[in-house]
Amino acid sequence: MNIEKVLSPVVSNMKPSGIRKFFDIVSSMPDAISLGVGEPDFVTPWHIRDAGIYSLEKGRTYYTSNSGLGELREEICRYLTRRFGLEYNPENEVLITVGGSEAIDICIRSLVSPGDEVLIPEPSFVCYTPCTQLAGGTAVPIVTKEEENFKLSAKALKEAITPKTKLLILPYPNNPTGAIMTKDDLMQIADVLKDTDILVLSDEIYAELTYNSKHVSIANIEGMRERTVVVSGFSKAFAMTGWRLGYACGHPEIIGAMTKIHQYTIMCSPTTSQYAAIEAMKNGDGDIEAMAAEYNYRRKIILEGLRQIGLSCFEPLGAFYVFPNIGISGLSSNDFCEKLLLEQKVAVVPGNAFGDSGEGFIRCSYAYSINAINKALEKIDKFVSKYR
Amino acid sequence: MDMQEKILRLLENDSSYTHEQIATMLDIPVEQVKAAIAEMFEKGIILKYCALIDWEKTEREFVTAQIELRVTPQRGEGFDKVAERIYQYPEVKSVYLMSGGYDLGVTIEGRTMKEVALFVAEKLAPMECVISTKTHFVLKKYKQNGVVFNKPQKDERRVITL
Repeated sequence: MNIEKVLSPVVSNMKPSGIRKFFDIVSSMPDAISLGVGEPDFVTPWHIRDAGIYSLEKGRTYYTSNSGLGELREEICRYLTRRFGLEYNPENEVLITVGGSEAIDICIRSLVSPGDEVLIPEPSFVCYTPCTQLAGGTAVPIVTKEEENFKLSAKALKEAITPKTKLLILPYPNNPTGAIMTKDDLMQIADVLKDTDILVLSDEIYAELTYNSKHVSIANIEGMRERTVVVSGFSKAFAMTGWRLGYACGHPEIIGAMTKIHQYTIMCSPTTSQYAAIEAMKNGDGDIEAMAAEYNYRRKIILEGLRQIGLSCFEPLGAFYVFPNIGISGLSSNDFCEKLLLEQKVAVVPGNAFGDSGEGFIRCSYAYSINAINKALEKIDKFVSKYR
Repeated sequence: MDMQEKILRLLENDSSYTHEQIATMLDIPVEQVKAAIAEMFEKGIILKYCALIDWEKTEREFVTAQIELRVTPQRGEGFDKVAERIYQYPEVKSVYLMSGGYDLGVTIEGRTMKEVALFVAEKLAPMECVISTKTHFVLKKYKQNGVVFNKPQKDERRVITL
């Protein structure tokens, strides 16, 4: 049997992750300092963990309903109203998923047919293109630029739209750039979309990590609610990555379609995680704010540090990443990251892992203690001094 | 939260932050940080900077005890005078006035249990105002100043994730 021939060509042709090589090198370096992690360094707050443990003690080990515990859906709706002014009906406009990732996958699968085009601002998180391809759609990247603060501009959006365009992915606050979209930015996007049938998948997993201002969802812009699916989750805001819990909110017909896929492929999201999440929604606002305040301190320290080193660095106003331009080193993203790792034992992620337009940049995560960040900055300084 | 409180909270968590780092974190000029900290030292709001040490990991032999003291308050001066007589001893690391079943909570450090016990028997118990003492030796420290002792320091996250 030719094992390669049995694989689906869609999967065979899927690009492998751009970090495999670095992961292998860094895994063999126990003393390396990593700024490569895309998850919080905080442990899930104890009262949330305790709620999960309590649910196990109570023997709550069964499936929940396909769309998730009613109480959790209600709490999510209250939370979204309280924090972002979004209004959803817990009965039919919310689906609890296995992380934001599942929500993205089944949203795309629910909407995209073969031949449809999906617009994806880049650099951005890596799952949108493969999910689009698995659904038979065509991923159309829209390059966002450093000089435009990595925002999606109305002009770039307009230019990318064709009669085949079905869906726009809106990944803000953005991983890896840390860019955000303000209300004004979103109104311009809404203006472009309002006379079309294009839907929006707004990936707002980093919404709570927005600095100096409050996150605005495009679903809150007039006329956008019914065509937007808001995807979010517990991983970043509540430091709950390993619990694998997210949610999607949107038009009942779309959420219904997503629930169909979800019930056949997943059945329901992990029950223990759902009980823990109820506690997070009810009593977790203080945790979110404390963690966001800490990230904000680190953000300023790493931004200032990178700029002092001489790397030009746009000020990220969301998520927990900085995305410095490494032009002065004369190295490509891959070379920069590989040499930095081998010579200074500091791991960062090459910008082109997030799309071709990320070439010339690196992603540094600041989900680390200020101590670790300062140590890494010292080493990056030595490295850049050598190559500039 | 005003700027003074923001600075204090940062320093309370980690007093090794430099003035420059604090200035960056709070978006204020370094001079303002320096002036604010100097003023807080002046006013006795900040008393000193020190390190939190897990002595268990060192060779040093010593014991800590928490003493519950019931005392008779002094006429006109209440408990303050009694506390003052107690906190003068260098062996005494902390003194708190407590509500509830006893009056003063006193922390004492010494090289051995015997040394601490003798200190209580010879110095604290005989004081005229002391009605009774109850000595509790600390066997293990789990958490102090918000910091968990003996917590694994290893970062268990995968080193690179997108």
